[in-house]
Amino acid sequence: MTFWQDPYAAAVEWLRNLLIGWGLTVEAAQLILYLAGGIVLAGGSLALVIFLIWAERKIIGRVQDRLGPNRVGPWGIFQTFADILKIFTKEYITPNGVDRVPYNLAPVLAVAAVIMIWAVVPFTVTLYGADLSVGLIYVMAVGAIGEMGIVMAGWGSNNKFALLGAFRAVAQMVSYEIPMVIALLIPVMMAGSLSLGAITASQAVWNILIAPLAALIFFITSVAEVGRAPFDLVEAESELVAGFNIEYSGLKFGFFFVGDFLHAFTIAMLFTVFFLGGWRGPFVDQVPILGAVYFFIKTSLVYLVNILMRAALPRFRIDQMMDFNWKYLTPLSLSVLVVTALADKLTLGLSAWVRIPVFLGLNGLLFLAASVMVNRRAINRPRAEVVSRPRPLARPETAVQPETNGGVS
Amino acid sequence: MPSEWIYIGIFSLIALALPAAAILMAGVLGPKKPNPIKNSTYECGIETTGETWVQFRPQYYIFGLLFLIFDVETVFLFPWAVGYRVLPLFAVIEGIVFILILLGGLLYAWRVGALSWQ
Repeated sequence: MTFWQDPYAAAVEWLRNLLIGWGLTVEAAQLILYLAGGIVLAGGSLALVIFLIWAERKIIGRVQDRLGPNRVGPWGIFQTFADILKIFTKEYITPNGVDRVPYNLAPVLAVAAVIMIWAVVPFTVTLYGADLSVGLIYVMAVGAIGEMGIVMAGWGSNNKFALLGAFRAVAQMVSYEIPMVIALLIPVMMAGSLSLGAITASQAVWNILIAPLAALIFFITSVAEVGRAPFDLVEAESELVAGFNIEYSGLKFGFFFVGDFLHAFTIAMLFTVFFLGGWRGPFVDQVPILGAVYFFIKTSLVYLVNILMRAALPRFRIDQMMDFNWKYLTPLSLSVLVVTALADKLTLGLSAWVRIPVFLGLNGLLFLAASVMVNRRAINRPRAEVVSRPRPLARPETAVQPETNGGVS
Repeated sequence: MPSEWIYIGIFSLIALALPAAAILMAGVLGPKKPNPIKNSTYECGIETTGETWVQFRPQYYIFGLLFLIFDVETVFLFPWAVGYRVLPLFAVIEGIVFILILLGGLLYAWRVGALSWQ
């Protein structure tokens, strides 16, 4: 293993030897390495947000037939720096009657919870913060802290609109956690471990080929967990003025959006780890650092789909959002789990060339059955008849008579 | 293994400290000119009436209970999923029976109308 094959491991080894050479004990050297690694990883994730905001604005601008930011620097790439400079000199307006502790803690938690997920993500075989044996549960638990941030913001703001946003946040994030956890049981089953490193290493065949439906469910629910369009009921501008962040200003307001952008990228990373094989790719065994390249290519593709989805889809109504989760995603995820568990045990001895078509076919059948059931329900659903009240007319004799059979000829 | 958790602890502190430091710095840099109108609760320009911490609809409570049931049951499924590779077919079918009971509970909640948002 030379420097060019894995610069990260080589650099860590060099630094450790340097620190021990200075007369530090092994434990102290390890502690300093942890501290340095943590600062680089957390700082790097925050620095990435600067680029993410620019990329997302640019892409969404293109989708909406605009140019996007194009004034500051080439292709507007320094636009975010200008925004940061401005937002740092903004006044904090703290309204009367806020609950100070949750109000001020909320934006910090919203960002910190997302950064904390980065601690367990394996970028290559050797480049990761910590390979926890309960990594997946850690990811879910830390994700819940971010929801706490939103609830605290809504509750502490002393504003009814913010409180309504927080109610919706609780209902949405709590509900979508269930199909998400059930869909994630399939990668855990395939790997036999909760560690993110082991889950990546076990994917000789990517999990998306074994359980495409579980991947789809995880993708949808993770977007709902972040609260981006089409699931952005928490910050529905047209209904709640601004949502949970209505009473925030300056950098406190900005940090909710930093958390939002970073979380969107983080769920793309998690999707890559759980379903797209993480750092796996050709020649990774010889040159481990290539894994980081594969990892970021895959993540960027998932993130791009995420952005396009945000640009293309309108917002759900709250009853649609709850129905979609409880009456579609939850039963579907339980069925996928049952089908995958049985099919995997029954085809255990067969080669991958037989197993993958079997899994794909079963998932396709399940999806088809679910679609047929949903369509039948949608057709049979009683619908309210929509008619307008008779209105007084200046010249009734010229009025156009509405068609009596509801326009169906 | 404990050293991994030391890293998680250090990293959590850094993750909390970075945004907190930025917010404090922006507070030092920004102007501070509060006045009563600026500090009033924002409701599209209308005066606020009544308590802010209003009652919430019981529907949220029902979904909270449903979540609790399902979340506890998925916690039971995690050990099953971790051991799935070494389990015999019989144990896997037992797990599947458990999942089907879970599905039955969901269908019951659906039938009594707990899942429809009124």
